[in-house]
Amino acid sequence: MAAGEGVKLIGYWASPYALRVEWALKLKGIEYEYIEEDLPNKSALLLQCNPVYKKLPVLIHDGKPVAESLLIIEYVDEVWKEKYPLLPRDPGERAKARFWAKFTDEKCVPAVMATFTSQGEEQEKHAKEAQENLKTLESGLEGKPFFGGETIGFVDISAAWIGIWAKIVGEIVNIKLVDEEKMPLLCAWLQGVLENPIIKDCLPPGEKLLEHNRGFHRMLTGAAST
Amino acid sequence: MADDLKVFRTWSSPFALRIIWALQLKGLEYETIFEDLSQKSPLLLQYNPTYKKVPVLVHNGKPISESLVILEYIEETWKQDPLLPEDPYERAKARFWAKFIDEKLSQSVIDVLLTEAKEQEEAVPRAKENLKYIEEELKGNKFFGGATIGFTDIALGWTANWLPLIEKVTGIKLIDADKFPRISEWMQNFCDVPVIKANWPSYDKMVTKIQGIREKCLAPK
Repeated sequence: MAAGEGVKLIGYWASPYALRVEWALKLKGIEYEYIEEDLPNKSALLLQCNPVYKKLPVLIHDGKPVAESLLIIEYVDEVWKEKYPLLPRDPGERAKARFWAKFTDEKCVPAVMATFTSQGEEQEKHAKEAQENLKTLESGLEGKPFFGGETIGFVDISAAWIGIWAKIVGEIVNIKLVDEEKMPLLCAWLQGVLENPIIKDCLPPGEKLLEHNRGFHRMLTGAAST
Repeated sequence: MADDLKVFRTWSSPFALRIIWALQLKGLEYETIFEDLSQKSPLLLQYNPTYKKVPVLVHNGKPISESLVILEYIEETWKQDPLLPEDPYERAKARFWAKFIDEKLSQSVIDVLLTEAKEQEEAVPRAKENLKYIEEELKGNKFFGGATIGFTDIALGWTANWLPLIEKVTGIKLIDADKFPRISEWMQNFCDVPVIKANWPSYDKMVTKIQGIREKCLAPK
């Protein structure tokens, strides 16, 4: 019946959350079928698999849906635990990893988003907060090349996209969020992650992503000025 | 070497209660440090420099913060009386509901406390919609964890304390036994668990506190 159906991933080319899950699957060498959503027209499958949030990504493993990208990555790490472990073994290190992934989502992302959607003085305030949060994220590296230590792990794939995203936002609103002088270790880390061939291979085309977000920004600021 | 466990908490923090419950359910001994959040101790700021909040668990000198992260740590370090199921898919579901409780349900419930008039009228159905998801997920089980309380029950547990308090302070009853029979029963069963019963903060103090939170929020700026 549903068992043995393998792995499917419902995603969207520009979604950073779907990207994280793809990175996890590819690093672990797990084969999967990718289903691209035609946003904003959400498919019946997506709505059926994630009725609570109606969002992607959703992983469907042997017919059973798992939602929320960080939870999907933990699920994948537990099911395929022998292949390229993403979370460390030690409970204390695992707690730190979960903490930083959560911090990225709960603090870095909203601040960068708020910088993107606001203007004037408010935007300056949000940009400052975003920079502070990125600086705090940098401290989580504890001087290592990756959050995972010598190799890319859970936090690296959870947080790397915020570096990409913050640069895009910075370019669109003309505020430097990821500052090489202020955050040298974070910048080196980001470069290190994005240089990995598996990571690089999954990235959506840079120009396309920039234009996609410019479009959003025009819509947001256009609406604000009417 | 015996484990040295310390919990930084406040008397009223619902998030800290999650940690207390988990530690006691696993039969662990710990020292409690009560914080006054208006005057945070240097130790708290040292152990949780990012958020400067409670709860913090300190295990043999190493701090862990964020209640759901702490719960996972406790679960992984002390394997007796497991809080999460063994099956990865069931674990993912338990985590999903805990996240939903923290990210969607909590705010919608608190919104009912912090608003009045039209705003509150709009907040009530939103909270009930989120509670409906929980109601459906209970599916006739005594607890989310099955026969005994688990990760999701611990995450939801604060509502068993706060919903009646919110009703007392606002007059709004979010959990109607007719419309939410499973949650109503879950609340009773949850509150009957000895570890839960033993640790509720003082009812009168909580009423005063919740009332104070509401009044502060509604006060004209």
